[in-house]
Amino acid sequence: MTKTPPPVLELCNVQISLPKGADRPYALEGLDLTIEAGEIVCLVGESGSGKSLCAGAIMGLLPEPHVRVTGGAIRFMGEELRGKTDAEMRKLRGADISMIFQEPMTALNPQKTVGWQIDEVLRLHTKMSKAERKVRAIEMLERVHIPDPASAYNAHPHQISGGQRQRVMIAMSLVLSPKLIIADEPTTALDVTTQLQILKLIRELQEEEGAGVLFITHDFGVVAEIADKVAVLCRGELVESGTTDAVLNHPQHPYTRALIGAVPALTPPPIKAASDAPVVLKGTGLKKTFAARGGLLSGKRKAVTAVKDLTFELRQGETLGVVGESGSGKTTVSRIVTRLLECDQGSVELDGTDLLAATPRELRALRQHIQMVFQDPMASLNPRKRVVDLIAQGPIVHGADPAKAREDAKRLLELVELSPAAANRFPHEFSGGQRQRIGIARALAMEPKVIVADEPVSALDVSVQAQVLKLLADLRDRLNLSLLFVTHDLRVAAQLCDRIIVMQKGEIVEHGLTAEVFANPQHPYTQNLLSSIPGRDWTPPSLQTDAA
Amino acid sequence: MTLHMPPILSYALRRLVQAIPVVILIMIGTFLLLKLAPGDTVDALVGDMGGADAAFIARLRAEYGLDQPVWVQLWRYMVKLASFDFGWSFVYEQPVSTVLMERLGTTLMLMASSLSIAFVAGIVLGAIAARRAYSATDNLISVLGLVFYATPSFFLSLMLMLVFSVKLGWLPVGGIKTIAAFYTGWDHVWDVVRHLIMPTAALSLIYLAFYLRLMRASVMEVADLDYVRTARAKGAREGRLMTHHIMRNALLPVVTLLGLQFSTVLGGSIVVETIFTLPGLGQLAYQSVVQRDMNTLMGIIFLCAIIVVVVNFLTDLLYARLDSRIELA
Repeated sequence: MTKTPPPVLELCNVQISLPKGADRPYALEGLDLTIEAGEIVCLVGESGSGKSLCAGAIMGLLPEPHVRVTGGAIRFMGEELRGKTDAEMRKLRGADISMIFQEPMTALNPQKTVGWQIDEVLRLHTKMSKAERKVRAIEMLERVHIPDPASAYNAHPHQISGGQRQRVMIAMSLVLSPKLIIADEPTTALDVTTQLQILKLIRELQEEEGAGVLFITHDFGVVAEIADKVAVLCRGELVESGTTDAVLNHPQHPYTRALIGAVPALTPPPIKAASDAPVVLKGTGLKKTFAARGGLLSGKRKAVTAVKDLTFELRQGETLGVVGESGSGKTTVSRIVTRLLECDQGSVELDGTDLLAATPRELRALRQHIQMVFQDPMASLNPRKRVVDLIAQGPIVHGADPAKAREDAKRLLELVELSPAAANRFPHEFSGGQRQRIGIARALAMEPKVIVADEPVSALDVSVQAQVLKLLADLRDRLNLSLLFVTHDLRVAAQLCDRIIVMQKGEIVEHGLTAEVFANPQHPYTQNLLSSIPGRDWTPPSLQTDAA
Repeated sequence: MTLHMPPILSYALRRLVQAIPVVILIMIGTFLLLKLAPGDTVDALVGDMGGADAAFIARLRAEYGLDQPVWVQLWRYMVKLASFDFGWSFVYEQPVSTVLMERLGTTLMLMASSLSIAFVAGIVLGAIAARRAYSATDNLISVLGLVFYATPSFFLSLMLMLVFSVKLGWLPVGGIKTIAAFYTGWDHVWDVVRHLIMPTAALSLIYLAFYLRLMRASVMEVADLDYVRTARAKGAREGRLMTHHIMRNALLPVVTLLGLQFSTVLGGSIVVETIFTLPGLGQLAYQSVVQRDMNTLMGIIFLCAIIVVVVNFLTDLLYARLDSRIELA
């Protein structure tokens, strides 16, 4: 009888304790997980579920002594890792167990060249000569499909693109053919088309090397794309695990069912009858170029065109989605139409008045009608003001009676499904989703005609995201609002937008009814975007969720 | 990319051109401010003579051009300055440029030694404190830093003098070299060093405290960044993280401060040079103010402005060298 080789990673009943005063005593409680060689196991959970700490525990990189493993076994190739000395762990790290991190810009040292950083792994773990190491590093850059590896070797991280940086990160992790790769949200910070390439790359290299992969993510689309097995974490507890097909298509646990139920399906809303509602916001021939940095006398300022010749119409009660990848100019559009950014050419008509030609005094009055909801609800709310003041501030500035404005603010909190008792608390006392509700209430306080929302749900967990999207759609219908909705997430756009504009490099490449664009994209860029959506072939099962 | 980096010379030239209006504005501002202050060179001269009649004073004023409107005086001064003619010092009976050159060396020596000691000791102690944050070592270093920071340099100067010169007799009380000793070679160097020890200590401790505190905060911040975590995940040991990943990134804000503080150190040298009777620009500035030696004072300010501009330029070069993300343009 031949003994089967031990699994690459075996977690038995792992428990990680949190410091006193945390929201729960254990970050992870009784986690069991097995990864065999050549297997990709996705660890899925929302923020705070303990999934990243699980990676830290395996690597022996928890912020001890505050957070530490207090129970269970972590076995790598059959060998217990708990109780290993720091020196023993250092030998494993980077060589046998390696990590790929989320944000490739900050995960690479800005002061060292790409080559130096790959070289460091070889220097730390092998006795290769300098020349051999260089050959190996360049070979690795080639394997992750970086164009011109020899010059990338000498480049600093800021000189290459985000996708390439993540490729460098992958090259660095795989250069010593580790047996276990831990990928912590490796594609979350990337554009959708880049994300697909990186996922394919991880798949390809993992198949070549036969390594086991622990893939941490919050995105079920990505899970559908890459996983062999799935484990779902909820507040430190493993609620469900199994094969990808079983978990994604036949989830058993109510939490998993709720999570999967919250994933926006790629089915656009039904086409409304041709709208003859009046146009409330109309942009014509908008153009914006940014002067690149340059000295007074250097005489070589290269202008970057962020938006060129953009024209659009937004009708009352309608949602217009602006989609595109980073650098496409979609955020610039949202800033121009709210005149937070002066544009070079064109006009923005709000209810027939040109916003861009307005004098400062007129502009102040007009601002009332067009309000913004921002991406990061933490950063966009003044942390030193109480919620009621944050919401009432706008109306008070515009001359409302302060006492009445505060009363209205409390009513608005109810409208966005928060308790009016929350009025006297500060933003940090709320969760991300609740803060975004406050952000929406703040925008609504002005009783605007148009709301410009710039990635309002991108920072939120999927279940919270679904609730906020539902709230926005609900408010739009009840208050007859018009929404200009900027997003990079096509699933979200499909969920909410009646019509969409697809932008690439500052230009509209395609526009039309969401349902039509999704069903039959005309422009190659749109086709590419749509075919890059992770898990596009997987339709979330329609679940009768009772836990939402 | 490095290929596109313009030659360093064109960058230097551009910085120089940008500095000219700055220096001109400083000179005009100073000139007008000094004119606003009561008393001029003639008052001081006449005072030394023990008084003179009004006609004589008026004649002196006319001779020196002091009877002209202020803007005419300013114009004449600026025109001369354009050819680096600083005028004549009536106190020292020498051209101002000669007076300045005699004193410049001492001040530069004092500043260079103070700043380099403060910088090196500050970043080393700051880094140690940060790596052992909240330990006894950190507390000791931080308390020391606070004490240095809170001690005025004039007080420190007097205390040092009292302990090391008066009580222990180890170091000379003042001056830059032992008078009439006529040391040569290494003896001379050692003599000058002995004279500089106390002034340097008095001037550097407060800046040492600045750099220490900033470096501690900066190292702690950088140590928490993602790329340090990446390096740890690669299997690097803590010492290597410090030398290869943290230090250079943590130094950036400290270098910025170094450039900014050069001018305040120049100001601080006035006090220290006066107390230790070092024949430097600081002491000269103090005496020129007291004696209304306007030409000398203006010359000192001009020189200081130039020094500050040059040092800021050097700081920017150093910064660009340290931070690969910055390209000189």
